[in-house]
Amino acid sequence: MSGAVLVITEHLNKRFTDATFELLALARTLAGDAGVEAALVGSGVAGMAGELGAADRVVVIDAPHLEVFDPDGHAAAFAAVVAGREPRIVLVPYTSTGMDVGSHIAARAGLPLVSYCRSIDASDGLSATCQLYAGKIEADVSVDGDRAVFSVLSGAAPAADGRLEGSPEVVEAGVGAASRTRFTGLAEPEGGDVDITAQDVLVVVGRGIESEANIEDVVKLAELLGGAVAASRPIVDQGWLPKSRQVGKSGLTVKPKVYLALGVSGAPEHVEGMRDSSTIIAVNTDPQAPIFGVAHHGWVGDLFDLLPELTDRLEG
Amino acid sequence: MDIAVILRTVPDPVEELELNDDETDLDRDYLGFVLNEFDDHALEEALLLKEAGGGSVTAYAIGTTDEVEQILYTAVAKGADAAVKLGDDVGALDAHAQAEVLAAALGERSHELILCGVQASDEIDGQVAMLLSAKLDLPHVSVVVGVEPAGDGLSVTKEYWGGITATYDVSLPAVLGVQAAQQAPRYVAVSRIRQAQEAGALSEAPFVPPTGSSGITITAMRIPESGTGAEMISGDEEAAADRIVELLQAAGMGGGA
Repeated sequence: MSGAVLVITEHLNKRFTDATFELLALARTLAGDAGVEAALVGSGVAGMAGELGAADRVVVIDAPHLEVFDPDGHAAAFAAVVAGREPRIVLVPYTSTGMDVGSHIAARAGLPLVSYCRSIDASDGLSATCQLYAGKIEADVSVDGDRAVFSVLSGAAPAADGRLEGSPEVVEAGVGAASRTRFTGLAEPEGGDVDITAQDVLVVVGRGIESEANIEDVVKLAELLGGAVAASRPIVDQGWLPKSRQVGKSGLTVKPKVYLALGVSGAPEHVEGMRDSSTIIAVNTDPQAPIFGVAHHGWVGDLFDLLPELTDRLEG
Repeated sequence: MDIAVILRTVPDPVEELELNDDETDLDRDYLGFVLNEFDDHALEEALLLKEAGGGSVTAYAIGTTDEVEQILYTAVAKGADAAVKLGDDVGALDAHAQAEVLAAALGERSHELILCGVQASDEIDGQVAMLLSAKLDLPHVSVVVGVEPAGDGLSVTKEYWGGITATYDVSLPAVLGVQAAQQAPRYVAVSRIRQAQEAGALSEAPFVPPTGSSGITITAMRIPESGTGAEMISGDEEAAADRIVELLQAAGMGGGA
């Protein structure tokens, strides 16, 4: 058993994601003398190891069929690395690709998985603080044994601290089980009518907007402010607004001067895409809504009472 | 295609949550439970696949509560061919236990495709969909936003981030964790749900009690202090509108006063 902290790295078009560097930064704070290892899976990727200078060792699995993320193939490859290295801690990003990998490698290695992690403590046994119920509950979790896989939310450590050039030791490893999924193509998002990343003002609707018809009043408000309407994921999944308007983990990251959130609860996946906005104003009927944890200004109340008042004042 | 869909109840996302006396779990006695929204999308995708290419859809849910029965009857009313309750009064099961119960129930049957919501807000020990795929040793894709038949298998679209999607050929049988169906989940009239209920369109499968452990323990739960760092505006909507307009003007928006 290496006893190290193993980071599952993630890259697209030969560029590591910010999540990778956040995990490396977190790993450094947890590793102590045991060191940090990074698992790098892809095709022709050995040259990328130098970007992982925050790791002491990079375990590389290089195979043509793993050039682009392959759910079954990558999960098997990472599981093989975990089996070979026997790390004490495995850090997986809570991202789209991480979700295909985390539970799989934990199950394969017979290790527990702790999900939705915001912070990890490895000083005395293993424990973590996690966000449950879309950020409405914080839970302290202890690991029964002495090894675990942690699925870590965005923002657990600064990416800049993990973005170090260096020359970590490179170790080659075998591919793992054959893949039963096969990558066939990548598609960029279709451009929308409005680029929400270029707006000074975003009026953002969440589940609290209740129906598609109610969005019309919000559009009017956004127009009065010279901004645009954006939305959290449930609204886009309902088909009420196009994907190009979605803020958050699976949508876009925005940093407007004003972010007015109406009926947005503020799940971690949403906050990830908007927390760097200059002024965040949140309106929600639920005083517990996690959006108030990231907002600069908040009002607990009904957005449908507020909307006409705001519109009146801005028209006047 | 013979499709299984896993349906789960979760605390209503718009309700306030309270903790039990130990502060290690939710106080579930007065909590409203609803269908996990991602599972609703999984059901919709299953129904779309059936409508396009034939086959059958069987909905599975663990538990004996009225809410569990209700989501199964609703699935039938929407077009599922069968609904199976994995019934035992076991209380809340963690993701490992759910995957174990489902693996025992589904392993016996020969579904070609198992669809499940990509996540649930309470899955602290892993995603049920992925844990189930590992238990059944089936290929998996999570964060799925589209499924099409392709040859002997499927062409599955997975969402990455920033709206980028990737497409994969997946051999069957397989487990998919669905993020969003290709269209919003359909509504169904209450009268149709009642019809399904009156027709007794629900079967029960043997419940095999889980024996495994997730290997983690929740030692404490708390409700994060809301508004820490936020200036909370007091007063009614008029006061709130006044203050918000001030803030907008301070940021250079919304015209001059």
